[in-house]
Amino acid sequence: MPQFATIAISVLFDGLAYAMFLFITSVGLSITMGLMGFVNLAHGAFAMAGGYIVVSLTRSLGIDIVPSLIISSVLIALVSIPFERGLYRRLYKATDLEQVLLTIGLAFMAIAAFTYFYGPIPKSVPLPPWLQGDVNLGFRAFPAYRAFVIALGVVLIAVLWYAFEKTNIGAKIRAAVDNRRMAESVGINVDRLFTLTFALGSGLAALGGGLAIQLFGLTPSFAVLYLVLFLIVVAVGGLGSLKGTLVAALVIGIIDTGGKYAYPQAGNFFIYMITVIVLLIRPAGFYGRE
Amino acid sequence: MKALRLLGIAAFAFGFAAAAQAQQGKTVKIGVVLPYSGANADLGHQIDKAFDLYVKLHASDIAPFQVELIKRDEGPPTGAQAKTVATELITNDKVPLLTGFVFSPSAIALAPVMTQAKVPMVIANAGTAWITDLSPYIVRLSFSMWHPAYPMGSYAYDKLNCKTAAVAYTDFPPGKDSVEAFETGFQKAGGKVILSIPMGSPVQVPDFTPFMQRVKDAHPDCLYGFIPSGAHAAGLMMAYGEVGLKRAGIRLIGPMDLIPDNKLQDMGDAAVGTVVMGHYAVDLDSAENKAFKEEWHKAYGPDSYPDFMSAAGWDTMHAIFDTIKKLNGDLSDGMKVVNAMKGWKTVGPRGPVEIDPETRDVIQNEHAMEVYRKPDGKLGERVLGTTENVKDECKVLKLGRCK
Repeated sequence: MPQFATIAISVLFDGLAYAMFLFITSVGLSITMGLMGFVNLAHGAFAMAGGYIVVSLTRSLGIDIVPSLIISSVLIALVSIPFERGLYRRLYKATDLEQVLLTIGLAFMAIAAFTYFYGPIPKSVPLPPWLQGDVNLGFRAFPAYRAFVIALGVVLIAVLWYAFEKTNIGAKIRAAVDNRRMAESVGINVDRLFTLTFALGSGLAALGGGLAIQLFGLTPSFAVLYLVLFLIVVAVGGLGSLKGTLVAALVIGIIDTGGKYAYPQAGNFFIYMITVIVLLIRPAGFYGRE
Repeated sequence: MKALRLLGIAAFAFGFAAAAQAQQGKTVKIGVVLPYSGANADLGHQIDKAFDLYVKLHASDIAPFQVELIKRDEGPPTGAQAKTVATELITNDKVPLLTGFVFSPSAIALAPVMTQAKVPMVIANAGTAWITDLSPYIVRLSFSMWHPAYPMGSYAYDKLNCKTAAVAYTDFPPGKDSVEAFETGFQKAGGKVILSIPMGSPVQVPDFTPFMQRVKDAHPDCLYGFIPSGAHAAGLMMAYGEVGLKRAGIRLIGPMDLIPDNKLQDMGDAAVGTVVMGHYAVDLDSAENKAFKEEWHKAYGPDSYPDFMSAAGWDTMHAIFDTIKKLNGDLSDGMKVVNAMKGWKTVGPRGPVEIDPETRDVIQNEHAMEVYRKPDGKLGERVLGTTENVKDECKVLKLGRCK
């Protein structure tokens, strides 16, 4: 048996990579839900679409994966704006059920459309040499791709934290999440703010979808298969909280990975156990407002 | 005059209708239940393409009869949706025979329905060993999990130098079945299984990394893996390569589900050296397979390849066609259909295939195949050795749930 410390480190590493994927993909969902109380079940569809754009860019046009990820995120962010303006906007004041019906319908339409064009077979993308193989840190070698996902996650967290805590727009978003009517009455254009965060969140989801190709493989049903996970991260973290989403992603990613390593017989038990415990103690999640 | 003309038109129309009626009398309806949606839809498509191809090329074999395939979505690997659509096919569409069935849970859920309805189910994939024991109306053309897994046990110990092994499987009936078969064969040969890991449900592709990490830390000689042949296969191979099991000297072995032919090219270097036991590979060298591949490429283009499921699908439709011919188009008596299929044999893309009259399960050759890099840079499979006329050992040895 290897040392406990080595096991702990590899679980931590894999869990961290998983957590970064969860964070990147879920953070947009959390903010839009916190801001407008809008239940966007098509969030996974934006992630899936982002993944397929990366597949097309790398496979058909031969573009490297890193620029492909950036192009795909920007594209999906732009594409999401007409969706928000044209469809979502009409249902802001509607009931949860109507919102859920619209967005899950969109998700299913996206699945059908992408199956039509790309087929149902899982896709993979070619990786440049520096993302293949291992990064050796002396005591243990780590898969380069996962290290890349973690590094990207850390950079994004820093950028998002700065944008949220230190910029004017970030302050406005926080104000609107706290109390939308008050924010509106002091002259903050919450509508435009929402379009902006929606586009940002969708773009990040697309990035998550692109990163997921090498972690889980990509099929059109990605749009709903992992949706439950994203919703759990949002619920456990607390709606509209950047810090909450991060903490929830870390807790779920690391405990799930550790659970699978130590006690695979339990299946997905650990994820649901954490969810139940957290929501029992804090019904609004780690950093949500009751 | 006008009335007469009207009458004429009416008579003409009536004649047409009658002719159409007569034509319809010769059509044999076949219910096809395959996954056409979801993460595993490509599995359904691989069999669906084989069905369509056989029907297209052999339509004249059963003249004056013709078949109408009524296709329904099998849905996710839970059996619930398959049960609904299959029951509808029997009661509403009145099909005398059902075929397809990629997932074991579907076949298991439907077995009592088949017995009650006295309608035969001709399985083109679902491989849990004891399925054929669940109803006298079930015939299987594909394989039992034991077909590849049991001979793999002794092959791994004797030829691949695996003294210890870890097993890792997707946690549903065929996974447990496959692992049990491997363990039985492996332990009989003298090997020792040191680790057994269930890897989540077949519905969602998990992050395989922690499982692979666990295997790496246990240091077995070989890892016997079972996953549903689809999105899971790509994920498992990715994690196997990424965690570095191959470099640690842990060889990946398993049934052919590990390296579906249509995904092999995407699997890259990690797959090289993997040894699978299976009854079909695209590269299998035989006249029948060559002809099969040619027709496949002609119909579906040079980039589409048949796989072991397509090969079984092809033989399945062949058996159904021969039965239609034998029974003169009358499939109304389910037991007669089953009896007509017993002992049926052919040489198909897989090689010689026979339906064991005792168990209604298939008898076929199993090949140990290694993944290697061909001179043109693509990945291929080469046959290392062949075990001939393999029966389902689970039923031969009457182990566990097999009678």
